[in-house]
Amino acid sequence: MKRYTIFVITENFIGILNRITIIFTRRGINIDALTASESRIPGVHRITIEVTVTEETVIQLVNQIEKIIDVIKAFHHEDTGVVYQELALYKIPVSRLDGGLEKIIRDHHAKIIAAEPDFVVLELTGHKEKTRELLEILKGYGILEFARSGRVAVAKRMLTIDSFVN
Amino acid sequence: MQPPLKVALLINFKVMETKMRGADIVIRSLIAEQAELIFGYPGGAIMPVYDALYDYEGQIKHVLTRHEQGAVHAAQGYARISGKVGVCLATSGPGATNLITGLADAQIDSTPLVCITGQVAAHLLGTDAFQETDMMGISMPATKWNYQVRRAADIAPAIAKGFFIARSGRPGAVLIDITKNAQVELAAFNYQPCQEFRSYKTHHPVSDTAILQAAALLNEAARPYLLFGQGVILGKAEAELKFFLDKSGIPAASTLLGSGALSQEHPNYVGKLGMHGNYAPNLLTNQCDVLVAVGMRFDDRVTGDLSRYAKQAKVIHLELDPSEINKNVKANVAVLGNCKESLAKLTEAIASKKHESWMAKFRALEQQENEAVVQHDLMPTKVGLTMGEAIHHINHYKADDAVLVTDVGQHQMIAWRYFNYKKTRTQVTSGGLGTMGFALPAALGAQLHDYSRQVICVVGDGGIQMTIQELGTIMQTKAPVKIVLLNNNYLGMVRQWQQMFFDKRYSFTELDNPDFIKLAEAYGIKAKKVSDRADLAEAVEDMFIHDGPFFLEVVVEKEDNVFPMIATGCSVEEVRLN
Repeated sequence: MKRYTIFVITENFIGILNRITIIFTRRGINIDALTASESRIPGVHRITIEVTVTEETVIQLVNQIEKIIDVIKAFHHEDTGVVYQELALYKIPVSRLDGGLEKIIRDHHAKIIAAEPDFVVLELTGHKEKTRELLEILKGYGILEFARSGRVAVAKRMLTIDSFVN
Repeated sequence: MQPPLKVALLINFKVMETKMRGADIVIRSLIAEQAELIFGYPGGAIMPVYDALYDYEGQIKHVLTRHEQGAVHAAQGYARISGKVGVCLATSGPGATNLITGLADAQIDSTPLVCITGQVAAHLLGTDAFQETDMMGISMPATKWNYQVRRAADIAPAIAKGFFIARSGRPGAVLIDITKNAQVELAAFNYQPCQEFRSYKTHHPVSDTAILQAAALLNEAARPYLLFGQGVILGKAEAELKFFLDKSGIPAASTLLGSGALSQEHPNYVGKLGMHGNYAPNLLTNQCDVLVAVGMRFDDRVTGDLSRYAKQAKVIHLELDPSEINKNVKANVAVLGNCKESLAKLTEAIASKKHESWMAKFRALEQQENEAVVQHDLMPTKVGLTMGEAIHHINHYKADDAVLVTDVGQHQMIAWRYFNYKKTRTQVTSGGLGTMGFALPAALGAQLHDYSRQVICVVGDGGIQMTIQELGTIMQTKAPVKIVLLNNNYLGMVRQWQQMFFDKRYSFTELDNPDFIKLAEAYGIKAKKVSDRADLAEAVEDMFIHDGPFFLEVVVEKEDNVFPMIATGCSVEEVRLN
């Protein structure tokens, strides 16, 4: 089993995300993370799915996703084939702050993006391993909330979306 | 400058003339797609469409079934025989959900089907309105494509796209859900058939490199073996298959749905594949050195245990659907594209050969099957009637292009095994989904495509009672379907499994049945019951001579089994004769 990033280039039609996730549901495969947003071409959406499966399974998944009528193109990459980023937000109560937080923020290149009377919110972008590491450290500060985005990724392969959308 | 009043009126009139109700657009779009016959059942949310239908008599025919499931299976039967798109109409809620089995059946068996369902008005969507169900959500996993139309202007483009998707590429099931407001609102009608759109690829050019690789494998092969499926029929590649076999000399076996694509009288034809297929075609799968699969998807009922399936062979897969390649069986050479094109190219690229000693192996095993199974099925000496002898008599009287429609179970396997397929598009059965209750409505649909053709509906006593209400539709349409009920008063296939794998614990498989003859007669259908061998031939003859629908009940042995058989989890080489 390996971690794969599946890219789906699709028409922006109602229900398309449902059609895609059904393929995973049918095979009993859990989606690790998913992000969907409009691509730079109006009306065309880009969905990025992170999944841990065998190579054989990921190929079949991609074939079945591409078979969906409104999907323009689907392909998969190993982690080495993509440049990817994730974003994490950490909400910490002000009451637990001490002098140590500054060093933690500096060491991890995190930043404070909000400061309210009761809490502060830290932001860190980076791979899951990094954001998880910071989470472990911040647990000592009594984290109120933690949220992590799915993967945003671009392929290293020199192919542009325009070659599929015509 | 203002145009003269007269011209202004004329322009206005023209605009008004082309605007029509969404319901009229539905019917006109169906006519534009050359739909001649639709099957359906009215109800609240589809009533405007039914109202419009009233005005188009003579241009499009509608058949009122007795249940929406009957309508969808009838549309499937019609589609399989005609090669056209089957069309079905139903109302929202229960009407629409009753279509689901048929949608799933059509989708898994690649049958072109467009179902149009009514839906509550757009402003009520999502509010649990009367007869509202989320048809988009429910039908999504069972369709190739589905779409909800909420305004009249979108009806024609949706129907155009739906028909295109249903019949192109690998055919499948389409559902178009139309809200009631869209059916009554006005919109301009200017029908534009759909021919392509960017996210959908229907044509894959056949790779010459792949053809050369396949030809090289075949030219070197000592024991090549070809399996063909329904892809040959859907791709209209029957002639190409025959030419390929004539030149290559390769033995060829059929899947369930591929039956009829090649005449069984062709010298290369060696029989049928799968759990209850023939002995030699299954057994020798594990002895060939090159396996050519044409328009088939290596279903688990064909392959048995995949880890012991044709491991010794190099596999060439000619297939239209990219997601089928390497799905179950890894291909050494995959030839993507329509097999009509790839078979023709491959025929050109291969050397002309004969494989007599290899073919003789098939014939020797066929002889073993004949002695161990076939002769006892077709010419039994025991007292009780067999299903096989009924089919044997049907073969004697049937026309070459007679259509065999079967349900699901023992009778399906026996009828398939013994029916003499000579022409293409003579087989209608529920293969992938295994839908009991499929046969009676599907036979009706097949018959309504062509009243003059013999349509024989072979069905069991379990399955017929799942859709027996369609006898009413047969009565009303006078469709001259020949219904052959093979009655063993059991759910026979389940009982066979209980006998073989569950210590004869016959849990809920025995049936107390009604008087089927009285029932058929109540529907005005001529009926006859046979329990003695001496009466069988004459009864079958009577059935074929009778002008109109006929119901023949054949009371067969209660506990007969279907052999050969590859038990679940076994390898094709473990096919048993008893």
